[in-house]
Amino acid sequence: MSSGPIITELRLPSRLGFEKVAMGTAASVANLMGFSNERIEDLKTAVAESCINAIEHGNKLNESLSVVVTLAIAKESLEVKIQDHGPGVQQDVHVPDIDRKMMGEEDPRGMGMFLIQALVDELEYVSENAGSYARLVIRLNRGGND
Amino acid sequence: MVSPTKTKVEQSEKIAILRFEGDVTSASEDAVLGEYRKLASGAEKILLDFSKVPYLNSSGIALVIQVLMAASKVPQKVVCFGLSAHFVKVFTMLGLAKYTTLHADESAARTAVA
Repeated sequence: MSSGPIITELRLPSRLGFEKVAMGTAASVANLMGFSNERIEDLKTAVAESCINAIEHGNKLNESLSVVVTLAIAKESLEVKIQDHGPGVQQDVHVPDIDRKMMGEEDPRGMGMFLIQALVDELEYVSENAGSYARLVIRLNRGGND
Repeated sequence: MVSPTKTKVEQSEKIAILRFEGDVTSASEDAVLGEYRKLASGAEKILLDFSKVPYLNSSGIALVIQVLMAASKVPQKVVCFGLSAHFVKVFTMLGLAKYTTLHADESAARTAVA
């Protein structure tokens, strides 16, 4: 691999199921970089959940709008940006409470953002004029610095 | 893009096994919750088989939570088997292991409900 950033970009339709295309691509890139299977599985879930959020909540399942996924390889980490046309995430990540879910006091859904945050090393949500994006960073060695 | 979930149901006197095959996502409500609701009365123990589930997302896990909610009201014991190590971790992170047990294979799951 060269020392400069290596970029892979995908443009997905806003249809549920296409998150698997991004998930598979991210897994392939991470595999090329030498990530462990455990970290690749973490990445797959984080990318899939981020794309689902972008498709469902950002682009509201409008198939005329795309979700753009950009994977940037650094020396010791992989950065993934998932861009949509929505206003972005306006609230803190909700920590799901299984007891409240089981009691029917909390929606059984609503776990995606928590999973993303728990499975990657860095996560930020950025709003821009024309949309917003989630930026995930996953490192080859968890807890290390790039 | 998503491989639709098929559910094979095996029910003996007190044990029911729901064998899922395919992706478990928001599109799997009938295959997961619907098939659970169709179980004949009398099942005291429910085994959920994920060994042929290649892709499971948070919406699919929410359906599992709904099965656990419904089963807790009967009450029925629910155990899961065949999850990958990654999804054992995810189920544990989300707290599901408080309301179900996670086993490597059917044999271990059957032992747990024996």
